[in-house]
Amino acid sequence: MPVHMCGIVGIFCKSPAIEERLGELVGDMLVQMGDRGPDSAGVAIYRDPVGPGASKLSLYAADTDVDWAEVGEQAAAAFGVSRSVEITPRHLLLDVLADPETAEAWAEARLPGVTVMSTGQTIEIYKEAVRPEQFVETFGIARMAGSHAIGHTRMATESKVTTAGSHPFSTGMDLCLVHNGSLSNHNRLRQELRREGITFRTENDSEVAAGYLAWRMREGATLEQALEGCLDDLDGFYTFAVGTADGFAVLRDPIACKPAVMAETDDYVAIASEYRALAELPDAADATVWEPSPGVVYSWGAVAA
Amino acid sequence: MSTPTQAIDVDLAVTSVRDLNHALHEAREGSWYIRNPRGAHAIAAGVDAPLEIDVDGHVGYYCAGMNQHATIRVHGNCGVGVAENMMSGRVEVDGDASQSAGATGHGGLLVVNGNASARCGISMKGVDIVVRGSVGHLSAFMAQKGRLVICGDAGEALGDSIYETHIYVAGSVASLGADCIEKELLPFHAQELSALLADAGIDDLDVTDFRRYGSARRLYTFDVDDAGAFE
Repeated sequence: MPVHMCGIVGIFCKSPAIEERLGELVGDMLVQMGDRGPDSAGVAIYRDPVGPGASKLSLYAADTDVDWAEVGEQAAAAFGVSRSVEITPRHLLLDVLADPETAEAWAEARLPGVTVMSTGQTIEIYKEAVRPEQFVETFGIARMAGSHAIGHTRMATESKVTTAGSHPFSTGMDLCLVHNGSLSNHNRLRQELRREGITFRTENDSEVAAGYLAWRMREGATLEQALEGCLDDLDGFYTFAVGTADGFAVLRDPIACKPAVMAETDDYVAIASEYRALAELPDAADATVWEPSPGVVYSWGAVAA
Repeated sequence: MSTPTQAIDVDLAVTSVRDLNHALHEAREGSWYIRNPRGAHAIAAGVDAPLEIDVDGHVGYYCAGMNQHATIRVHGNCGVGVAENMMSGRVEVDGDASQSAGATGHGGLLVVNGNASARCGISMKGVDIVVRGSVGHLSAFMAQKGRLVICGDAGEALGDSIYETHIYVAGSVASLGADCIEKELLPFHAQELSALLADAGIDDLDVTDFRRYGSARRLYTFDVDDAGAFE
């Protein structure tokens, strides 16, 4: 089995100094993981939370002719106040004064050709089917400060090389997941989750894992409990890094075919598929470095509330 | 350093792994000190001479792979497959080793002073492996020959489908794999274990601290009298 199949990275900041450098660090880590996944790159970055009653949407249009200025005006007309930031000609960040469900439903109904990649109060997702060097440069990732981020470099196996099939996947508010591995029971599980009202946008196996977590958490599970459920309900290989509005977690399947290594200092805790991504981090040589044990949930921040 | 000569200093921040390995493959003797490995793969792989090599930091995959004759010390952790398919020589890791440490090795000694994760010694064919800490699941899977010494605990399915490797464990064993059983530790085994512990520099454990595991020989059916049928 090839071991160089997709790369994942993640950082959860424990100090304000690292929060300022979050984008720069996650970008450097992604570039290091380019050899593991040259097909596409993406990050979920948690930053600038909006206030109560407001929400953030990360929008994507496959067609670069989309008029983001007009989308911004439509949002302002629909919700009174909005902020729209064009990240690239295909990616728009939209803040609106509406709850996330309302905002997402509006976007799905009113914006043909536009895909909602994430919704919530803190999360932003950016991804594109390009090498990580180009991704980091195009999206200005290095300039993004925030509390935590997870990222992915993809070598496609289970679905096509498209931006929509790229990671991270979000299927719930402020929830997202990156995955190294492949799931065997994703078709049946997707069917079951659809019946439970979870929406899927692709045929990708990793999106099903994100949907599974969203469903378990909707039913009252904590992130830790939802991840423990993966051990029983997901069949396949996986190393997951998962973000919520204020939490961060890691899980490897019990067989542990897919690699993972972690590093922790007073300033951050980080995961990567390989140590060479962690070597980019400040004081990496003095960090506590360990390989997460198979079948054990590791978590930081608010995950057990 | 065991050689009196000055070590050749290589900084991987300025020299590529390919250039380093090329130089190591050309050399017939000497000492090398490698800085800034930063998790790079295949450092000091394919060395075929009695070199002394120190690596200062954490390395990536397949470090010291296929080693013959060299003594390679990693002052840090190793990624997947350290010393995989080693033929001879000695590889020593100060920290932890990731999966498949010493996989398929034919000879020489691998010492891991920290822990080794899953599949340590998978399909080993004559290499000796001493792990100061614990090993993960499926260690010594289909292990054919050589000795695996575990001073800590062993994970699930130790020695699954094992052939003739000798396994010694001082700590607990989560579970034994198919056809792997505990066996009596005879004076012959005590002698080889004692020598391995001494060679690995372990003096706080005694052979009486260990249990021996090996093949029940119910799963594989090769009989030496049938060898002619495979020629």
